[in-house]
Amino acid sequence: MNSTQIICIVCPMGCHLEVAHDSASGTYSVSGNKCSRGKEYGINELSNPTRVVTSTVVIEGAHLKRLPVKTNRPIAKGKMFECMKEIDKVRVIAPVKMGQIILKDIAGTGADLIATRSMG
Amino acid sequence: MYDVVIIGAGIMGTFIARELSRYKLRIAVLEKSNDVANATTKANSAIVHSGYDAKVGSLKAKFNVLGNPMFDKVCEELDVPLRRIDSLVLAFNEDEMTTIGELYERGISNGLKKITLIDKEQVASLEPNLNKTVLGALRTTDCGIVGPFELAVALAENAMDNGAELFLNNEVKSIDKVSEGYIVHTNEGSYKAKYLVNCAGVHADEINNMVAKESFRIKPRRGQYFVLDKSAGNLVNSVVFQCPTSMGKGVLVLPTVHGNLLVGPDSQDIDVKDNFDTTLDDLENVKLVARKTIINIPFDKVITSFVGLRATPDTGDFVIGEAGDAKGFINVAGIESPGLSASPAIALHVVELLKSISGGFEEKKDFNPIRRKLTRFYELSEQEKTEAIKRDPRYGRVICRCENITEGEIVDVIHRKAGARTVDGVKRRTRPGMGRCQGGFCGPRVIEILSRELGINMLDVVKDGVSSKILDKETKGI
Amino acid sequence: MYDIIVIGGGPAGLAAAIEAKKNGIDSILVIERDRELGGILQQCIHNGFGLHVFKEELTGPEYAEKFINELKELGIEYKLDSMVLNITEDKKVDFINSIDGYVSVKTKAIILAMGCRERTRGAIGIAGARPAGVFTAGAAQRFLNMEGYMVGKTVVILGSGDIGLIMARRLTLEGAKVKVVLERMPHPGGLTRNIVQCLDDYNIPLRLAHTVTSIKGKDRVEGVTIVAIDKSGSIIPGSEEYMECDTLILSVGLIPENELTENAGIAIDPATKGAYVNEAMETSQEGVFACGNVVHVHDLVDYVTEESRLAGRSAARYINDELRASAKAVRTKQGNGIGYIVPQFIRTENLLGGVNLFMRVRSVYSNSKLVVKADGRIIKEIKRSHMIPSEMERVQLSKEVLAAADIKELAIEVMEVEQ
Repeated sequence: MNSTQIICIVCPMGCHLEVAHDSASGTYSVSGNKCSRGKEYGINELSNPTRVVTSTVVIEGAHLKRLPVKTNRPIAKGKMFECMKEIDKVRVIAPVKMGQIILKDIAGTGADLIATRSMG
Repeated sequence: MYDVVIIGAGIMGTFIARELSRYKLRIAVLEKSNDVANATTKANSAIVHSGYDAKVGSLKAKFNVLGNPMFDKVCEELDVPLRRIDSLVLAFNEDEMTTIGELYERGISNGLKKITLIDKEQVASLEPNLNKTVLGALRTTDCGIVGPFELAVALAENAMDNGAELFLNNEVKSIDKVSEGYIVHTNEGSYKAKYLVNCAGVHADEINNMVAKESFRIKPRRGQYFVLDKSAGNLVNSVVFQCPTSMGKGVLVLPTVHGNLLVGPDSQDIDVKDNFDTTLDDLENVKLVARKTIINIPFDKVITSFVGLRATPDTGDFVIGEAGDAKGFINVAGIESPGLSASPAIALHVVELLKSISGGFEEKKDFNPIRRKLTRFYELSEQEKTEAIKRDPRYGRVICRCENITEGEIVDVIHRKAGARTVDGVKRRTRPGMGRCQGGFCGPRVIEILSRELGINMLDVVKDGVSSKILDKETKGI
Repeated sequence: MYDIIVIGGGPAGLAAAIEAKKNGIDSILVIERDRELGGILQQCIHNGFGLHVFKEELTGPEYAEKFINELKELGIEYKLDSMVLNITEDKKVDFINSIDGYVSVKTKAIILAMGCRERTRGAIGIAGARPAGVFTAGAAQRFLNMEGYMVGKTVVILGSGDIGLIMARRLTLEGAKVKVVLERMPHPGGLTRNIVQCLDDYNIPLRLAHTVTSIKGKDRVEGVTIVAIDKSGSIIPGSEEYMECDTLILSVGLIPENELTENAGIAIDPATKGAYVNEAMETSQEGVFACGNVVHVHDLVDYVTEESRLAGRSAARYINDELRASAKAVRTKQGNGIGYIVPQFIRTENLLGGVNLFMRVRSVYSNSKLVVKADGRIIKEIKRSHMIPSEMERVQLSKEVLAAADIKELAIEVMEVEQ
């Protein structure tokens, strides 16, 4: 049984969670949380941490040289830099609409890269 | 072949170039930095002193007293900000009362007219914010505050308008004596001249030693200053000195010509000539000493601090004149305080000196002493603002929010002769980034404008020195 | 002649204008100094915005675009690239731009929404050289996210405010090495989620109670001197340590940008550095309202929106003569442990429902309560398990509670709860 201390970021409360992992049974238990979302966060953060990646891609024909983008859902934390490599290669041409898909299934994560603003 | 090559484009080099440009001469100014006025001239107390401080009979006293009244005309001709204000030297005890009495006598001996001793009530009525323990003060009413780098920039521009040539990024490496004069070798090329004028500031001794035997040394003396927000600019109406001690003139408190408050400098001899680093302890000490003048200086309104380097000569006085062992080589060295105040008179003196050495110069009929006026958008009336924007829509786009500087003004100072090439160069000429945000908002826009107007890549725009690149690379592997 | 002129087209100005329009005011002008609407949100490309207002996590540009679209759909007039130079007591607004030139226009009400600016190197007194490579976090963020430029390769970040933390992540993702984030205070300056997701995720160390005292480098930053700070806030002698880097990013606080406000003679609260406001977000000058970071620096844009909607609604009520100027005001007062409270005045008579009091605590508190006292008498207690200065606290009071007694002063303080 090993336990990890993390701070819950689901809401601004910032509960100090202790997540215990029982490797024999493969189960997690969370203490220190004040709501069920905290428990879920604690387990996910240890078993399969995910993040939304936000970045920019090169855009041509717009008033700015970069278009902000994000993954439309959280991806595995370990995949972030792989994702960035894909993002760095993208070149788009204006006009672009907010929400428009820029890259489908980025780095095999199942998430799409979408524009987070309209431009041009 | 140039008639005159001037080494150094600080206040002295540019002033002499401008005064020489009245004559039919080929003039070159060599500057090691990438901008004019980029060392001692850009960082000092910015005062036109009255002239009571320098020793009777010294060159400092002579040229200070001669130079002071010349500022009004030249600043008018070149559209440089100058404000005539009082100066006060405060006395806090009987010893200091004696000292200001002596300063008064010295002032009279130096030929000053507008100088008086005043009592504590008069001090309080002139400067209500001062420490109440003041006993009396020496007052002069012919002091002034000026923009020193603006003056040097304007002098350079006007000299170039009248035919002088400016070579930036030219550091003098060696000088050869030849039969017709001298050949100056820089990192960029060689310049042949009949006469050389050495205005190399803290490096003037090194230049002298390239052609003449060592006769003086320059030991830089560092002074540190605070600049406070304009909301503190009204704390004093005059240049307020403390009594001079063996350590120097003491810390001053004064308004700047742009309405900020300036507090400093301290005084330290240093070994390295180009050390412009401020130090935490010394800045704290400046605060401490300044509080003697005004107890409640709002140091929470500091917007920046800086170092000034005085080109202090070991001779104790300005070194001005032809080197004994190098004909046609004129030193204008050791121009520490009151160097700025003395600069107009020194420039005229050097011109006369060169005339007498050469047998005289022919005057140009078409010399134009007037510099095209800057548009200071914020100072214009409603009507003038409207007209300025109609004339050039770029005056309708404010780039610097703190000082309300428009794109039109920035583009103008880039395209003038001796124009801005760097972010700090733009800042020194027209002030975006001088305000309380210190360029946080306008910095990126100024870089963009410099890049566009100079036709260079954003990545190649520098802050100040040639290697002071601001941006590292484009993202996304471009 | 307009009914309302809104100065600033960032999140505060947009929300205020939209809300005023929805409350029946047709003649509205929004004046924005930048090239586009949205303000600083356009460079905040990270997510985490909108959880309160939209119940979903948005990036800054998305949050902005929703409001910009609504503003356009409502047909609200706006001017871009336009700088307000002056506002006068009789509500004349002078502004300039390249197209209209110098414009002087009268209005019935003004809403100030100019936002804030960053504290700089000079303001925090870092000594040493003045090379290139020292950036405020916001300036670096604009270069990186909007212009597409890296500001350096090896970076030290001073200040653990949110922008500093966000920039640590962005720079790392774009290939820079962020060596450390330093925080002068013994507690972080930014939101916990940003510490976790921007620093911990990338193994970027956060050193609390440390700061930078000096910068080395003639042309470009070569390194910085780092020192430790003791409990009294002084430098611990002998703790100096030199760290090589080519970039120093400062995230050392934001200051409401109130030049126009001050020049117009409007009273400024030294605690917030923004205008004193009442329950209607009205300043000391009748008919001049203020909202967002120009009033006090927020950490969540959602609260800016909420506060700005109130300002927009109030401006509409003012124009419709529904606000009682002479109504008696209760003064709010920051008690023990509280840095400031907004609004500073409450005219109970003008309240429609309740009032939201926004405040910041002075240091970190766990297991405490916020105690509301009306002229010394406790009228409300709110338990808080965790409070930190970087996260704004909100206390809601109903009109009934306030109207019940003839209150002069409403104080809020922090009290530790006995375990």
